[in-house]
Amino acid sequence: MRSKTRGAALAALCAGAMLVATACGSDDDSSESGDATTITWWHNSNNEPGMGYYEQVAKDFEADHPGVKIEISAMAHEDMVDKLDAAFQAGDIPDVYMERGGGELADHVEAGMVKDISDSAAEEIEKIGGSAGGWQIDGRTYGLPYSIGVVGFWYNTELFEQAGITEPPATMDDLIADVGKLQDAGITPISVGAGDKWPAAHYWYYGALRACPSDVLKDAVTSLDFSDACFVKAGEIVEQLLAAEPFNKGFLTTKAQEGATSASGLLATGKVAMELAGHWEPGVMQGITEDGKGLGDRTGWFPFPTVEGGQGDPADALGGGDAWAVAEEAPDEAVEFARYLLSDEVQTGFAENDMGLPTNPAAGDAVKDPALAGLLEVRDAAPFVQLYFDTAFGTSVGGAMNDEIALLFAGEASPQDVVDATQAAADMEQ
Amino acid sequence: MTDRGAATDAVPVDPQEATRREEPRRVAPRPVGSGWRQRLEIAFFVTPALALMAVFVVWPVVSAVRMSFFRWKGFGPMDDFVGWSNYDLVLHDEVFRDAVAHNFTIVVLSIVVQLPLGLGVALLLNRRIRARGLLRTIVFVPYVLAEVIAGVVWYQLLQPESGVVDGLVRAVGLTPPDQGFLGTPDLALWTVFVVLTWKYLGLAILLFLAGLQGVPDELYEAAQLDGAGWWQVQRRIAIPLLAPTIRTWCFLSMIGSLQLFDMVWILTGGGPANATTTMATYLVSQGTQRHNYGIAGAASVILFVVGFVMALAYQVFVLRRDTAVER
Repeated sequence: MRSKTRGAALAALCAGAMLVATACGSDDDSSESGDATTITWWHNSNNEPGMGYYEQVAKDFEADHPGVKIEISAMAHEDMVDKLDAAFQAGDIPDVYMERGGGELADHVEAGMVKDISDSAAEEIEKIGGSAGGWQIDGRTYGLPYSIGVVGFWYNTELFEQAGITEPPATMDDLIADVGKLQDAGITPISVGAGDKWPAAHYWYYGALRACPSDVLKDAVTSLDFSDACFVKAGEIVEQLLAAEPFNKGFLTTKAQEGATSASGLLATGKVAMELAGHWEPGVMQGITEDGKGLGDRTGWFPFPTVEGGQGDPADALGGGDAWAVAEEAPDEAVEFARYLLSDEVQTGFAENDMGLPTNPAAGDAVKDPALAGLLEVRDAAPFVQLYFDTAFGTSVGGAMNDEIALLFAGEASPQDVVDATQAAADMEQ
Repeated sequence: MTDRGAATDAVPVDPQEATRREEPRRVAPRPVGSGWRQRLEIAFFVTPALALMAVFVVWPVVSAVRMSFFRWKGFGPMDDFVGWSNYDLVLHDEVFRDAVAHNFTIVVLSIVVQLPLGLGVALLLNRRIRARGLLRTIVFVPYVLAEVIAGVVWYQLLQPESGVVDGLVRAVGLTPPDQGFLGTPDLALWTVFVVLTWKYLGLAILLFLAGLQGVPDELYEAAQLDGAGWWQVQRRIAIPLLAPTIRTWCFLSMIGSLQLFDMVWILTGGGPANATTTMATYLVSQGTQRHNYGIAGAASVILFVVGFVMALAYQVFVLRRDTAVER
């Protein structure tokens, strides 16, 4: 009797559990259904013309490859990053997706989730050249960079004129002098989204780039050794600039790109004269202003100024980019598709639509936007492009570094503290 | 609760409890000899709820505990066992210690500031005054607003220079802080607290008003007949009888302050210079932003333990009075 009761209770429990299980359902998205191959593709061009262009690209590829179907998910960048994180945790990532290289990619590769495309896409890798380095680990390539940009100062030409500045500053001393001129004219010189930390960190990164010779930086990325004195100097360069109080009011909690009160918003609406940002800035500003034009023809750009006594090559640049990577378990057609995305044809279209700075040299001339075209020249002329340190070191070390740099901006950490905190986080990784 | 009901027919109960239970039983008499059937029914209806709880509460808690003993980036196999080192790291991290301090500052401030304020307004709104219903609604509106929306609105109001708050401060002839209320490390936590008070005072007032409805009118009348003034009546009758409600509110407020996340995340993100981090913002930034899931796991276990111990202590030392009165 007793065991019978238990048994019945157990049966009821199972019935209840099944009810829940079936209610939740399970969607099985196997990449192969029938004889057709489906490739899932996530990208962040969720605005026109980029979104429409990518749809067309997928259709063209499908037409050339009968039996292949491409399932596109176009998302806002932040959404995509979050969804990718979740996909990596679940161990089920899209077939073709965006990789930013550096430490993040290294982690993904170590977990065995990214396909090695060194041989299958050898032709494209050769065409891209040195830029592919950020997506190589131990000589193998795991991503095809399709857009690489550099960071520099975007400025409002009209406000510079108002303050009587005739040409953009070339040295740090010039920059500080110009900051003074803008302040005298009642204009806030620079906006920085230190609330998001990485925009503030870019100043330190550039400080390191100017202070350190490029081989010291290259070494540091692999050895995670920051004992060279030039890393302290990087913080001192930032402090020198901070002493001139050039930043917008409340910059410690200012966001990078969201809305009119963000750093980009302040520049786009003419509230500040300049901002240190990457090649995405014109696009971001267009999204913030009502007329969709951003600063329009008042947009100017100059590289991060040189620093007296710095050991870095003044033409070195800080940058980063986006690459197409293929999931380890994706069908071979996914590699084909990633290669197609890097073809002369697609990269030219990519450039014509001002979607970024193409890496395929054949597409270089197709960039229409004068600001972006100028940036492309700077990028291609740079003897060394340092990948954003936080990306290069991975989220853990990069995050600790950015946090400490934000404290430096708040006046609560010294240049030595930044180096120590970064070193401490790096030591934990090993 | 349910298995207790099933067990009562076997276990002898003390007479007092038995008399209390008699009444509902008479209303719905249990069919004799079908104990197993009832168990079956209970099992059938309870299982979905239990399954949901297991999936969405128990399992996440267990996996967070497990996570806290590993170094794990959020994907791939979790195989780098590090023992207690994540706990060691979190407990020695100055940012986390500050976060705990911020949480407790908010716990204490909430009770010290919001309790008298809420009580005062509730007592006032309990009087027969004109437009009482309207006033009660107005007071409660902030609480009904979604936290994120309220946060975004306050974020805009508190913008330095262009914000409304700065404008008001200037209009009365004062100088607002140079970096704004949220951008100045020494002011940020206080500013967040002011916004939190604005948001949650409504709940306190609503609870206190509800509690005041439970005070019998005869007591007021009797006191008035004895010659007590309004203030005396509140102090000697209303507030003492409101004590159980106040104790419950304190409990809710304490737990809410310990778990504080949304408002801080929107207003400051834990900044400037970590001046407003809470345990919850710490674990979210370690987990989702830095991908140190082991450290985030350890921080969440610590948050859980702190919350659990405080809740338990409060139950044992403070709320026991209320449950004892009931019996």
